[in-house]
Amino acid sequence: MSSVNQAVGASCGSDSRPAVQTIGLTRDFPGIRALDSVDFSLDAGEVHVLFGENGAGKSTLISMLAGAIKPTSGRILVCGKQVEIDSVHAARGLGISAVFQEFSLIPQMTIAQNMFLGAEEVRRGMLNSGLEVRKAQEVLDSLEFRLEPGTRVDRLSRAEQQIVEIAKALRSELSVLILDEPTASLTSQEAGRLFRLIRRIKRQGVGVIHITHRIAEIREIGDRVTVLRDGRRVDTVPAASASNDELVRLMTGRVFGELFPKVNSNPGDVLLEAAELHSADGALNGASATVRQGEIVGLAGLVGSGKSRFGKACFGAHRLSSGTIRFKGEVITRPTPAGMLDRGFMYLPSDRRNEGLMMTRPAKENISLAALSGLPFSNGWVVNGRRERAVAEGLADRLNLSPRRLDLTTEHFSGGNQQKLMLARSLTRQFDLFVFDEPTVGVDVGTRAAIYEFISNLCGEGAAILLISSDLPEILMLSDRVHVLFAGTVRAELAGPDITEENILASFFEGEAA
Amino acid sequence: MTQRLLNDASAIPGKLFARLGILPFLLAIAVVVFALMSENFLTGRNIMNVLRQSVYLTIVSLGQMLALLTGGFDLSVGTILALSSVVGALTMASVHAAAPDAVWLAISVGCLAGIGAGTLIGVVNGIGVSVFSVSPFMMSLGMASVGFGLALYLTGGVPVYGMPVEFGDLFGFGTFLGVPVPIFAAIIVAAALCFLLYRTPFGRYVYAVGGNIKAAGLSGIRTRSVLFRTYVLCAALAAFAGMLLTARLDTGEANIGATMPLQSIAACVIAGVSLRGGVGRPENVVLGALFIGLVQNGMNLARIESYLQIVVLGALLILAVVSDQIRLRYLGSPGN
Repeated sequence: MSSVNQAVGASCGSDSRPAVQTIGLTRDFPGIRALDSVDFSLDAGEVHVLFGENGAGKSTLISMLAGAIKPTSGRILVCGKQVEIDSVHAARGLGISAVFQEFSLIPQMTIAQNMFLGAEEVRRGMLNSGLEVRKAQEVLDSLEFRLEPGTRVDRLSRAEQQIVEIAKALRSELSVLILDEPTASLTSQEAGRLFRLIRRIKRQGVGVIHITHRIAEIREIGDRVTVLRDGRRVDTVPAASASNDELVRLMTGRVFGELFPKVNSNPGDVLLEAAELHSADGALNGASATVRQGEIVGLAGLVGSGKSRFGKACFGAHRLSSGTIRFKGEVITRPTPAGMLDRGFMYLPSDRRNEGLMMTRPAKENISLAALSGLPFSNGWVVNGRRERAVAEGLADRLNLSPRRLDLTTEHFSGGNQQKLMLARSLTRQFDLFVFDEPTVGVDVGTRAAIYEFISNLCGEGAAILLISSDLPEILMLSDRVHVLFAGTVRAELAGPDITEENILASFFEGEAA
Repeated sequence: MTQRLLNDASAIPGKLFARLGILPFLLAIAVVVFALMSENFLTGRNIMNVLRQSVYLTIVSLGQMLALLTGGFDLSVGTILALSSVVGALTMASVHAAAPDAVWLAISVGCLAGIGAGTLIGVVNGIGVSVFSVSPFMMSLGMASVGFGLALYLTGGVPVYGMPVEFGDLFGFGTFLGVPVPIFAAIIVAAALCFLLYRTPFGRYVYAVGGNIKAAGLSGIRTRSVLFRTYVLCAALAAFAGMLLTARLDTGEANIGATMPLQSIAACVIAGVSLRGGVGRPENVVLGALFIGLVQNGMNLARIESYLQIVVLGALLILAVVSDQIRLRYLGSPGN
């Protein structure tokens, strides 16, 4: 594989074939088609923006180009030649490098050590650190960034680490650079420096695939923009002539179908009142919200806006430095998950695998976990196994768990059915407030509808619901009121007819709202 | 490669292996091999011997299993054995010397002191692991040194004599209905642990903390408290085994239990307890400890040198871990 790759240089030479091209690229995950027959092309020296909602397939597409996952079907062509990219290493050999949101840098190592990780300069079997430092300096100088190659990476700002990631990609011959939301956590000044860098490497004939959620960036840096939606390519348009309206329409113009039920909300007393929450780690900066009985409050915002932390902080699972939480009229100074559960507050985490479920334990135990210490599951000292099974079976039926095998180890259920186990857990005790954190991530369409039905029924029965989601349609269709978070504060509060895609998106991004 | 081999092998042993792990196979192999090597092996007398000798390891392994289930482990079980033996014997001997007539008072006070001293090591382990989030490895390794040093310091390295003979006669050599008393003790401990793990919320929380500590916390479980109690319980069981062993030896010894950390972890892992936590069954751990006792007994009968026996035990542990990995891959392969 790699011997063939050596022939491919930094560009395709004089001919005008695209640097990289996909034809009918498709990728299936269990129960879901993440990318559906996508044709995409990137020319040398072009910045091609990928635009779309979460779950539209952007990450799937670039992961396949970068060799992180393999396509189910379809072809990838590099300089007109069909290739198979079966590893990140193979992608590197073809001149394709990706900078993901999760950096692949080792914090305890220096810039130079990181840049040459896996391709160390060796002389007579020994590391040639001097040469590495000199070469690293050359690359950094060519990028016109003043960074000392001997600096440890954990001493750098996030923006500087991003530069090191890009420098690492430039270490070997590069024809395609993939940037996954590189500006998501940068200040506008840092983003400006990054754009100058992108323009410079573009002039060297490198094609850049740039993923962003920020509409303003598309015209600032992009040549063309491809919009993805639900795994399909909607359109590819020149960036310069694309208007905001058109882009938003392309990104979201879907027919919602029967996915969403009619919510019978009937707002009553205020149950949860969280005011001016500041978290110890700075992720929350004075965010406030109230939730009433019988209503669904949507919490929208970008990844990292603090919306998930907000839910966790109210539940007592995230450390607060200041702020007040009032639940059912009672001021709670130091919330703990155990205490909040006892008061009737349920939080269902977004990360099922890491925070929600015990993957190696039977389904039944995951359902009963939060309610074991009291009736009807136990008398506090001894678990009533028969009662536990009966309740778990009833909930499994109610939620249509499939397969309906309560002794099956949790990891053997599909994502949607794992989510059902969490929903079942929320019904094992009497709760008055439910916080759903990304309830439909990695869930197939059928289960999605069932989950919306579930949430809507809870609301109809008078429960208060805080719906935290990165999925805009979910927020739009289910919420009575919407809070949009940005950088740990509530940027906008919308209600009734004001809850529109445009209004929410307007507050999503830095500097686009007053 | 391995997976291919497993698939090609006739399906039934493969399925059994995937379901039960390696232990049934090892047990069967061990019984056959040792029965062929020595005609004394499969006699009723010898089987009772194996059971009696395995009591101490069984009880310690059950405690070790608790720590493993939460995703940690306890390397200090050996010195807990030694410390409880030394403190228990010293206390018992001095009470006995002061009041020679109050034999049972001496025995009770001595046992309480010994088990209390050993449990105290577990309290420190528990505080370190749960409150200060020290890794169980460092915490229990450090406490192993502390406990061993204390035991040696208290005795000056010499055995402690002077306990009432009734102690050894009952708890070391006594029989009830023809079965040695220590075996009853092990049965009671095993039954109590089965009940604790399967029938009480605390038992479920032990599995939950090992299965996913964040999920447990978000489900309202006080995970620090569960961790703390786990290490205290583990130490209390080891200390209990220490007092039983003291009765058998009739002396308090600072040098017992050195092989316990390795052997107890081996017994658990061979019995299918996951080192990542959350998976394992007490009844299998009893079998695992019996298996190690069986191998030791068989090797003695077959006159295998004691130093070589240590080699065999280490190899068995590694074999168990490797087979566990193969099993996981087998379970994860399509069609299973």
